[in-house]
Amino acid sequence: MSVTIQDLEKIANLARLKLNEEEKSKFLGQLNQILEYVEKLNEINTDGIEPLSHSLDLVNVLRKDIEQASLDRNKALENAPKKNDAFFRVPKVVTK
Amino acid sequence: MKYEVVIGLEVHAQLATNTKIFCGCSTRFGSEPNTQVCPVCLGLPGSLPVLNNQVVEFAIKMGLATDSQITRLNKFARKNYFYPDLPKGYQISQFEEPICEHGYVDIHVDDQHKRIGITRIHMEEDAGKSVHDEGYVNKDETLIDLNRCGVPLIEIVSEPDIRSAKEAAAYLTKIRQLVRYLGICDGNMEEGSLRCDANISLRPFGQKEFGTKTELKNMNSIRNVERAIEYEIKRQTYILEDGEKVIQETLLWDPVKNEARPMRSKEESHDYRYFPDPDLVPVKISQEWLDNIHNALPELPDVKSKRFTEEYSLPEYDAEVLTASRDIADYFETTAKSVKNSKLVSNWVMGEVMRLLNQQKTEIDHIGISPARLSDLLNAIDQNVISGSAAKTVFEKLAESDLSVAEIIEQKGLKQVSDSGALDSWIDQVIAENRPQVERYKNGETKLLGFFVGSIMKASKGKADPKLTNELLRKKLSEL
Repeated sequence: MSVTIQDLEKIANLARLKLNEEEKSKFLGQLNQILEYVEKLNEINTDGIEPLSHSLDLVNVLRKDIEQASLDRNKALENAPKKNDAFFRVPKVVTK
Repeated sequence: MKYEVVIGLEVHAQLATNTKIFCGCSTRFGSEPNTQVCPVCLGLPGSLPVLNNQVVEFAIKMGLATDSQITRLNKFARKNYFYPDLPKGYQISQFEEPICEHGYVDIHVDDQHKRIGITRIHMEEDAGKSVHDEGYVNKDETLIDLNRCGVPLIEIVSEPDIRSAKEAAAYLTKIRQLVRYLGICDGNMEEGSLRCDANISLRPFGQKEFGTKTELKNMNSIRNVERAIEYEIKRQTYILEDGEKVIQETLLWDPVKNEARPMRSKEESHDYRYFPDPDLVPVKISQEWLDNIHNALPELPDVKSKRFTEEYSLPEYDAEVLTASRDIADYFETTAKSVKNSKLVSNWVMGEVMRLLNQQKTEIDHIGISPARLSDLLNAIDQNVISGSAAKTVFEKLAESDLSVAEIIEQKGLKQVSDSGALDSWIDQVIAENRPQVERYKNGETKLLGFFVGSIMKASKGKADPKLTNELLRKKLSEL
């Protein structure tokens, strides 16, 4: 299995990344190298083995439904590039 | 050509937990924007989600109430997409093996009972809220409030078993009834705690393959769901009858203009790239945990309704109306425990009590008439202390004062009069005042009897014993 230029462009678009031609060929090579490396795993026989859903052998890490303090609003908005005193501000999202 | 309508519904129910699904922030509705947020629900780097135990229990409750299979080993997945109300860039949801599968609910439409399959119920988090249309928002901007981001949801996906707008409304009513009975969601569609999307397609009768479907969104009441689906069925029928093809797209319902408009189709080509969320470990549901949840389930509406028909000898219709909500059912039952005549209780709860509820737009425990007070009143009717019409006067007074039934009857002098002397004088008075009608009655217009009884009741201010009055009146008229 190898990544085509179309795959790469699709992935970049989904990740909202704008790549120039030079970057495209660079990343295409890198992605294929990674895939080739991971391909090695296919050499292992996994018949009858349950797919792993988590790397830790843990289940049921749960929390009781008890309220905890939220962040102060100024603090919550602090990192936002655009805000007013109550909201995050973003470019208009068109719905209609 | 006649077409068969195929509908499947996706219902999102906001769970009535105190806190969000993966953090301890409050889920309270209507708070100041961005005051119920923390590093986890803001998607800040380095924060880790921890699952709310109550979310799992609520989802299982809905699964048990719909006779679903409960998945014993649950995993969460990331659904990847970009939208400003989703700060992490992915929604934590379930993908393969949702917590509940293969369930159903039974609906009742036009005297037909029908089973609607439920494909799956899964747990996920809600997104934040975008504000565009308010006056205080700049023209080229959207404001984001993340209070709702991370509020727990279950998504309930039906099988494409629904065949009309009416069935869709009945299914949705049933789902709302169940979540309310279970106490897992307040079921308020206007505030968005219950939301419904509909997939609709048409196919010629007898055809196996589904036609091209459209998805309807933005319907914020059961009535709107019904109307929007009716609209869409008509629209697709016209398209097919013209020999054209239905385009697969998402439509937004406009409840003001009563029409559905397509969303921008560019947004349609989703590729969510689901993968298991490495931040969350699996949830294992033990038999013991499942049994505990099962044992704590309340009596569900279908069972309650059936029991009402048996235990109180009520017609199916009465039982369904009374069990529509748990509050009303409890109110009926508490009242009926101390009144012999259960049908009388049913009539009054379905009639006067519900009228009062609609009028005051309130909950049943906020009207001034407790089950104890209503049973006093109904016993007074049952034991012929007051007439049915006098009882309505007492009912009004009960709703607006703390006086007891006996005090009101006493104060208003509503005690039924069964003394034939007093009845005679009212009857004589009415006969004397309505000579022309008496003549017509004698000439065979017997339906005038009702008019006389009504007049006597009026003259007695509702106190005359109607049964006795009827007897005495007939006798007197025949002797004239």
